[in-house]
Amino acid sequence: MSGSIYARPAIALLAGAIFSFGLSLSGMVDPARVLGFLDIASGDWDPSLMFVLGGAVLVAMPGVVLQRSMAKPVLDARFHLPEKTQIDARLLIGSAIFGVGWGLAGFCPGPAISAFLMGLPLVLLFVAAMATGMVFHDRVLAGRL
Amino acid sequence: MTPYLPALFGGMLLGLSAVLLLVANGRIAGISGILGNLLGGRPVWANAAFVVGLLAGPFVYAAAFGRFPAVTIETTWPLVLASGLLVGIGTRMGSGCTSGHGILGLARFSKRSFAATATFLAAGIVAATSMGMLR
Repeated sequence: MSGSIYARPAIALLAGAIFSFGLSLSGMVDPARVLGFLDIASGDWDPSLMFVLGGAVLVAMPGVVLQRSMAKPVLDARFHLPEKTQIDARLLIGSAIFGVGWGLAGFCPGPAISAFLMGLPLVLLFVAAMATGMVFHDRVLAGRL
Repeated sequence: MTPYLPALFGGMLLGLSAVLLLVANGRIAGISGILGNLLGGRPVWANAAFVVGLLAGPFVYAAAFGRFPAVTIETTWPLVLASGLLVGIGTRMGSGCTSGHGILGLARFSKRSFAATATFLAAGIVAATSMGMLR
């Protein structure tokens, strides 16, 4: 498996580029489109983001079936999957905080990073604030909750 | 052309990317997890490479279609700042975002991810709809 140390980043690079191209193609990289979906009272509701999530899950489901038939991934000794199964307060409160932030400006982490090099000042501000929030949670909040 | 077909095909590419990472590398394509690990000083080459790929996406799009995708932000900067902080804190506290919970979590029939996705969708709808009414 010594070749895997190069193959894994190569696959990850490709996966990141496909993901990001998909965000561009689908329109999900555009916060105005996302807010057009999340704002249900605007009188001009845009349901297209349901097709984004639907298309993604449609393709991911057979992938999960394939993954479950495999003893290990192609390029690693084992799968690295989430092990928690309980719904707890952290999950729900964190998701609610994330949702409020998502609904304020229309950005979630993937699209914000995807648009980063397009150089829009507000995207740079969002990413800087998001990174600060992540570090603040992991270094400060996580230890106290 | 209606925006539904690009939305569907674009979404299918998100799924394809997630399957590739899962089957080849054995990992969940969760953007907030990948970013959090990089920011936390746990450098994994594959995570850094995934982010480089993410950064490249709009340029691949521009090479294919001759223009960059639309990115329109109608929110004022103080709200963008607040939004970024909330997204950063919330995704780390809730162990995932639209990609990890919303795509792979649902595809894996994870109970936690169903709860997380329902919660952030509901909160996002409430926040965006309230903001829309205030405008």
